Amino acid sequence: MKTARARRTKSSSAVVAAHPNATAHAVAVPASERHLRLGEWAYAPAPETTPVKIDSSYGLFINGEFTKPGKAFETINPANEKKLAEVTAASAADVDRAVKAARKAQETVWGKMPGRERAKYLYRIARIIQEQSRELAVLETMDGGKTIKESRDIDLPLVAAHFFYYAGWADKLDYAFPGRKAKPLGVAGQVIPWNFPLLMAAWKLAPALAAGNTCVLKPAETTPLTALHLARIFQLAELPPGVVNIVTGAGETGAALVNHPGIDKVAFTGSTDVGKKIAAALAGSKKKLTLELGGKAANIVFDDAPIEQAVEGIIAGIFFNQGHVCCAGSRLLVQESVFPEVVRRLRDRIAMLRVGDPLDKNTDIGAINSKPQLEKIKELVASGVKEGAELVQSKCKLPKAGYFFPPSFFTGVSAAHRIAREEIFGPVLSVMTFRTPEEALERANNTPYGLSAGVWTDKGSKIFKMASKLRAGVVWANTYNKFDPTSPFGGYKESGFGREGGVHGLQPYVSLE
Amino acid sequence: MNTLPFPRRSIDKVMADERASAFTKRSIKASSKLEGLKLAVSMMDLTTLEGKDTPGKVAHLCAKAINPAPPEFEVPSCAAVCVYPNLVRAAKQFTKGSSVKVAAVATAFPSGLMPLAVKLEDTRMAIEDGADEIDMVIDRGAFLRGEYRQVFDEIAAVKTVCGDTHLKVIFETGELETYDNVRLASDLAIRAGADFIKTSTGKAAVNATLPVTLIMLEAIRDHFYETGIRIGMKPAGGIKTAKEALAYLVMLNEVLGADWMTADLFRFGASTLANDVLMQIARLSDGRYQSSDYFSLP
Repeated sequence: MKTARARRTKSSSAVVAAHPNATAHAVAVPASERHLRLGEWAYAPAPETTPVKIDSSYGLFINGEFTKPGKAFETINPANEKKLAEVTAASAADVDRAVKAARKAQETVWGKMPGRERAKYLYRIARIIQEQSRELAVLETMDGGKTIKESRDIDLPLVAAHFFYYAGWADKLDYAFPGRKAKPLGVAGQVIPWNFPLLMAAWKLAPALAAGNTCVLKPAETTPLTALHLARIFQLAELPPGVVNIVTGAGETGAALVNHPGIDKVAFTGSTDVGKKIAAALAGSKKKLTLELGGKAANIVFDDAPIEQAVEGIIAGIFFNQGHVCCAGSRLLVQESVFPEVVRRLRDRIAMLRVGDPLDKNTDIGAINSKPQLEKIKELVASGVKEGAELVQSKCKLPKAGYFFPPSFFTGVSAAHRIAREEIFGPVLSVMTFRTPEEALERANNTPYGLSAGVWTDKGSKIFKMASKLRAGVVWANTYNKFDPTSPFGGYKESGFGREGGVHGLQPYVSLE
Repeated sequence: MNTLPFPRRSIDKVMADERASAFTKRSIKASSKLEGLKLAVSMMDLTTLEGKDTPGKVAHLCAKAINPAPPEFEVPSCAAVCVYPNLVRAAKQFTKGSSVKVAAVATAFPSGLMPLAVKLEDTRMAIEDGADEIDMVIDRGAFLRGEYRQVFDEIAAVKTVCGDTHLKVIFETGELETYDNVRLASDLAIRAGADFIKTSTGKAAVNATLPVTLIMLEAIRDHFYETGIRIGMKPAGGIKTAKEALAYLVMLNEVLGADWMTADLFRFGASTLANDVLMQIARLSDGRYQSSDYFSLP
């Protein structure tokens, strides 16, 4: 923190403001030197120090118990590439045992249990999650690379909120779908991604359990630890054995689960490629399916928007969780007349994003989840440069070890560029311009995806007009990336089908009679 | 008459509040904390604005501003003392030979509801008595009924009287209420000749807040980009703890940057903040919290 250059002199030659008296003694800095020296006051390290006990190896959670660790794979901390634990790769036989345990629990205990009794278990689970939320947040950060700020303030509160919310539905299913009786489907096979490991587990498990289904959950290969610790919470809550089973592993384990003949319902969140394969595999079977897949959301900024806040929304839209967000606002559409000021603010703003140790409470952008993901981001960014877009990147220092990528955005992006069409799933924004609302709509909808969109304007009527014509499951107006268990979430087109959250999120887990 | 010669900027409250609250989540520790706290002391306008103020009380205030803490803590002097015009002479006398400036609240403080001639005379006399800085109030009534030209002209007239005397323009943001108004008042005052813009008198129900300060800092930033001139900022009233002061400095660091991290361009208007900051400084020095009895009253 250095003292500023002397600003006041007796000279009155540089009067540039509107009124003749205006700051007559202040010297104007020439245009070429008008830079802000942002963030020079360096913050000392502020590491989160809550200890977390991580076992050296983990078995599978089947029928209420952990199996002996079997054939294992490693899970690492992407912020330092160090091994955290060995985790069992579930075989087809393990998956079979898990599904059978789930079936037995569904038919003998959970499906028959009155809703108000099921609710008690869910409330208990939600409360234990709250009690252990700091430890779970630290674990989530260590295993996945997301910042402690986000895992502590966003992921964990939402995880507990989802269990609380669906606990409330468990004894009210008769009123959820007026005139119809909701019956559980049976056993749900659920495959979740690595970007919000525990939150996605909560999105999948809470509505399924509330409706009387039992579950076999497969967490992502790179982020299995919080799901395994959630299994311990189920034990603490004395959830009956077999109601939730957790099988860790990679793609083969997931394939074994979704193709298992003993399940009634598949819920998948992940890439569009895998989603298409699952849809093909399930065609002709009686299994019900919901898919929540990729996205390339348009975040649309009109010239009458509150620009300062729109810039915050752009930042939140693309840099939240390192951009590992399926609904990330990765295509910024800015009205041409405000393009220069939006871009100038974005430049200043990304300079202030702190990249580094995810466990430091002041870190804004943590580690990229895995090496392959980092390589994918780098490859797409290189393609953007090659195709002629202009790359603006924060000059922040990146840690030597671990997988990191600086916050970045492209200007001069054309709709034909790969960076405008493909999901980057990283901290990289593509900025494009438009001239009229019609053009904005056309460009926003010009994508095979349709998960989310953002609209920034001071005009309420414009918000409603855009929202009704955007082909996207979620449209945020003058905000972005806001989640709540009461609000449905899901996609159009190649972003999938089915909704999670709200009463809509119960529907995929019941048959209506 | 009251059409504005510059674009009016709208502020969305939800996201502005969210951005402001993000600054409170920065965790400032160890050496950065000490650095920040000492800077905060150097930026303080120690204030007493009560009807019962006397030269005796002002003497205490000035002594505190000059030597906020015992020398072993190596704490800088405060930037200024802020008093009513009648006490300017006393304050000048008690700060003689120090770096501490004397700021006078003028222009029919705190309401501003008096004829312009009275306001100008108020300002002139405070300067004659030796005030280094003038903290004026805008006419909120005129502002709220859309008489922007009047507000602008009054600020400009006061600035003319001030000449090289530092002018801080108080909006009383608690009375302007909306963030749109705060931004408009900022743009107006900066163009009319303010050296500093200041949130509050300390007399309203709502005084300085982080979001309001953020919006004013953004106006200052935009003016700098447009003209190259650096305007100062003074949040005043309601900032009572070291923790809050650090949140303001974090915001300053991340919105305007190092060039503004000086008492020339940022002040805290406060009366009780000093001792909480000093208590934290003492704790960082020797690892223990001390009783408030060890810190002199202003």
